[in-house]
Amino acid sequence: MTVPDRTSPAIDVRGLTRAFGGRRAVDGVAFTLRGGECLALFGPNGAGKTTLLRMLAGLLRPTSGTARIGGVAVPGGPAVRAAVGLISHASLLYGALTALENVELAAKLYGVREPRAAALRALEAMRVRDRAATPVRALSRGLQQRVSIARAMVHEPSVVLLDEPFTGLDAAGAAALTSALVALRSSGAALVLVTHNLDEGLSLATHVAIMTAGRFVRFEERGALDAPAYAAAYRELVARGA
Amino acid sequence: MAPSTLTAALLIARKDLAIEFRTRTAFFSAVVFALLAIVIFYFAWDPTAVAAVDLAPGVLWVIFTFSGLLGLHRSFGVEMADRAIDGLLGAPIAREAIYLGKALANLVFVAAVQVIAIPAIVLFYNMPLAGRAALAVAAIALLAAIGLTAVGTLFSAMAVNTRLAELLLPMLSLPFFVPIIMPAAQATARLLSGRPVSEAASWLKILIAFDLVFVVACMLAFPHTIEE
Repeated sequence: MTVPDRTSPAIDVRGLTRAFGGRRAVDGVAFTLRGGECLALFGPNGAGKTTLLRMLAGLLRPTSGTARIGGVAVPGGPAVRAAVGLISHASLLYGALTALENVELAAKLYGVREPRAAALRALEAMRVRDRAATPVRALSRGLQQRVSIARAMVHEPSVVLLDEPFTGLDAAGAAALTSALVALRSSGAALVLVTHNLDEGLSLATHVAIMTAGRFVRFEERGALDAPAYAAAYRELVARGA
Repeated sequence: MAPSTLTAALLIARKDLAIEFRTRTAFFSAVVFALLAIVIFYFAWDPTAVAAVDLAPGVLWVIFTFSGLLGLHRSFGVEMADRAIDGLLGAPIAREAIYLGKALANLVFVAAVQVIAIPAIVLFYNMPLAGRAALAVAAIALLAAIGLTAVGTLFSAMAVNTRLAELLLPMLSLPFFVPIIMPAAQATARLLSGRPVSEAASWLKILIAFDLVFVVACMLAFPHTIEE
């Protein structure tokens, strides 16, 4: 855990924009999250949510604006990348390697001490340790997703970016992921959770946002937000194609 | 603490070789291609028109070039299946470590193909290769493999995201292979025709110079080819 500070922003995004040709996939997004906070980000397909996460992960350069992780602008150097864990649409795994080899490789690349033990703990946390010796290509989609989550968590990141992490998970996998995210939040990590599932998002979030056409059209604290009213407003925004 | 560039490169190379060892698809393809090409060249050869010592170096380097491309194409292909490359790019390691690791694994791949292809060429063309000359040919093969993999790894990274990657990789790479292949073929020709090793020395120096230039230039260029 590299940035457990709850007073200064763990993620500070200002006017973040990314254009592909003439189209702005992300357009002037701004928000701040402190350690221990979780932003649930909702939005229709093509709203720019994945592009936003890829910029925060340092995989995509912004066209304009800034994003800072632990006070360091992204895409930064190794120090800022060490603080981030990314769970993507794709598994980021090697099919020919076993679950343990995949997670252990990530642990070694992140400089985790005792990488094998850390990898086994991460697989245990996702309740997939019994498949540690199985090649990833032989695992079901749901089990691959659990290994992928273990890979992203093995270095105990202080900022976790999750793109539809519950996709493909069964009830046990979803429960394991939820408890892992709750534990991460309690330990001071900041989370950005992209999801289409309002119930899952609202149950974990301290902040919620709706993104359409590259912009945040709503951003507020979860607090005493009325979930049914919020869901209705979200459906209306998506239906309007705002 | 994040690993050093060299440590990270070794981790990536080891991972790539483990994947290739388990799947063996590219290696077997390259070896079968090399052996088939040797056989085809052998049967197409008219020994009364062209001496074996004149033909064998050309055959050797044509085979190395094209069999090497098979492995180079796969190098970044394995990273794209489930976007595993994002896992490497997101890790706290230098971009150069990814390049070095990939290039190292490719070097082992090309060298392994050479270990099988060179004796096959010697056997088919009845080359008098022994002693110092054999060691010198092995050294030339290794130096040429360094140059080929340095260039090929960079272009593999550039081509992999395109729809015509299989076509684009040789189109981009082959012009840059020329400064490597030419001194390697010239030096090999002299050694296979029984000339002293000292006669190949000037070509070896050119080969080493191009190796250095390509390794450094490609490593510096690599981060710019993979950043979006």
